[in-house]
Amino acid sequence: MFGDMVRRKSLGTGVALFIVLLIAPLIIPKFYIYILAVIFATALLAMSLNLVVGHGGLFQFHHAAFYGVGAYTAGLILAKTSWPWWIGFMAGPIIAALTGLVIGMFCVRLNRLYFGMLQISLGSLIWAIAFRWYDLTGGDDGIHGIPMPEFISSLKSSYYFVLIILGVCLILMYLIIKSPFGTTLQAIRDNPERCAAVGINVRRHQLMGIVVATFFAGLAGVLFVTVEGSVFPDLLFWVLSLEIFIMCLLGGWFTFGGPILGAAIIVSLRTFVGTYTEYWTLILGIILILLIFFLPEGIMGYNFVEKFSFRSKRTSASRVE
Amino acid sequence: MEVGQGITLAVLSIHFLVGLSRAMILFIVSSGLSFVLGVLRVPNVAHGSLYMIGAFVAHSICTALGGGSTGFWLALFFSPLVVAGISLIAERSLFCHLYEREHLMLLLFTFALMLILGDLTKMIWGADYRSIMAPPFLQGSVSIFNSPFPKYNLFLLVIGPIVAIGLWLFSNKTKVGKIARAAAVDREMVGAIGINVSWVFAFAFILGCFLAGLGGALVSPTISVTLGMDHDIIIEAFLIVTIGGLGNMWGAMVGSLIFGITQSFGVLFWPQFAIVFPYAAVVVVLTLKPTGMLKSVW
Repeated sequence: MFGDMVRRKSLGTGVALFIVLLIAPLIIPKFYIYILAVIFATALLAMSLNLVVGHGGLFQFHHAAFYGVGAYTAGLILAKTSWPWWIGFMAGPIIAALTGLVIGMFCVRLNRLYFGMLQISLGSLIWAIAFRWYDLTGGDDGIHGIPMPEFISSLKSSYYFVLIILGVCLILMYLIIKSPFGTTLQAIRDNPERCAAVGINVRRHQLMGIVVATFFAGLAGVLFVTVEGSVFPDLLFWVLSLEIFIMCLLGGWFTFGGPILGAAIIVSLRTFVGTYTEYWTLILGIILILLIFFLPEGIMGYNFVEKFSFRSKRTSASRVE
Repeated sequence: MEVGQGITLAVLSIHFLVGLSRAMILFIVSSGLSFVLGVLRVPNVAHGSLYMIGAFVAHSICTALGGGSTGFWLALFFSPLVVAGISLIAERSLFCHLYEREHLMLLLFTFALMLILGDLTKMIWGADYRSIMAPPFLQGSVSIFNSPFPKYNLFLLVIGPIVAIGLWLFSNKTKVGKIARAAAVDREMVGAIGINVSWVFAFAFILGCFLAGLGGALVSPTISVTLGMDHDIIIEAFLIVTIGGLGNMWGAMVGSLIFGITQSFGVLFWPQFAIVFPYAAVVVVLTLKPTGMLKSVW
């Protein structure tokens, strides 16, 4: 019953936030609209990573590769072909999911750290190709000034487009996590041996999880292209992959909305701290170390009620240790 | 693209030797990474940053001493020690408190270290390109198959096997090395017979980082020392230890050879995509043998 109340409360918060974000562009200056739109795209990326990392327990170390694949696919189709816009927008996530399927088939055969290492290798292969194939991808310059369809060519309209896609994706992700498939994935995270023993095909479920997550990552890439109008190889670089990890960690691995909060904090910190100092990554590193030591469950995972209430809650607090 | 035009046996041999000497640098760096992976079971993302710092410190020592022969040798001697010192501080002050935690946290800690070290390097040395000169008797080139081959690369071809043999002797013939290998297999058992595992870990970490610094110092006369070299090397080193077999020193050697030689031949056959060749080789190896060429320690 308590859980029900919490759920209703967080649903209410979500809806209220959504309405505020719908009205916001009418009031706030243009720069902040842009930052918010970037946050939305990044939030979708972090959420998609958390599907396999937080809920699936996989070492998805090179998630940015799929984000980049989605962004590059959409960008290339919009910039270099005369196909209608929606083909590019649909191809982005689909190609990303196909890449995820191929890479995932190699990776799921392996355990934990090997999984991660192999994924870094294969992702770096994609990065290297994008980085060097000047004729197609523009090499390290990337592609700039990608033409956008009429209805999202202005900043405000692309903001609404990104917001609505994010909202739809969040609902879809929530349904996926709560579905039998999602709960099986979480069960595999907690105890793969037992799941295999009761007849669940562990590898196939993990592969499915990867495909779903990479689909959303590709979609996030498309959203980024919508906002930014350009693609560049840094989107596929492994440093970005670890940054997304930080977002999930910061917001909270085992919560649903945590990665959104993490993405919002990291993107806005980067934007506003970045204007004061060129040593932004130093600050990011220090934040990360503080998080690892003091807040390993993330901001939303840290149960404030539990920690700050009376001593009767001791038993449940010690569970976290 | 003109494949087959003017590629003689001599050109092939020279590229083979260039690849081999590149592989020696890669081996020194990735064997350190592999050692840390084997004992601590942590992919040390900051390894590349320590390599970069090794190169920058070597540059500073070398220029401070006038850039002569002594400067170079002292740089080669002291810069790995400076790097080892940095890693000792990081390990004892922060990292050693995390060993009980899950792997992901350890990995993210080393990532945080990489971010911090990268920016500190930028603060201290700036974003300029730097280069140092090899000592006079290693400058210039010798003639092999009537083609010029840099003397410094010959020097690398000598140093690489020396480091490999030294590392092998250390881990198989000394007590500390044996304890470190035992801790890699079963850390609880090692702890149970009364060995301070925390210090074994510290030692392994510092040795691995020392090798990163040594690699950085050795590479500095052959490339321009600049920010961003940490990002390139760490991915290469990761791939090498993965195809070699995690934690296996000879695996790091095999992986480096594959990586260095495919890269070198890639430059010969298809310069634009030279960077892709080693990655493709990695994919081929991992498709055939998913856990690497040689036996991994875990």
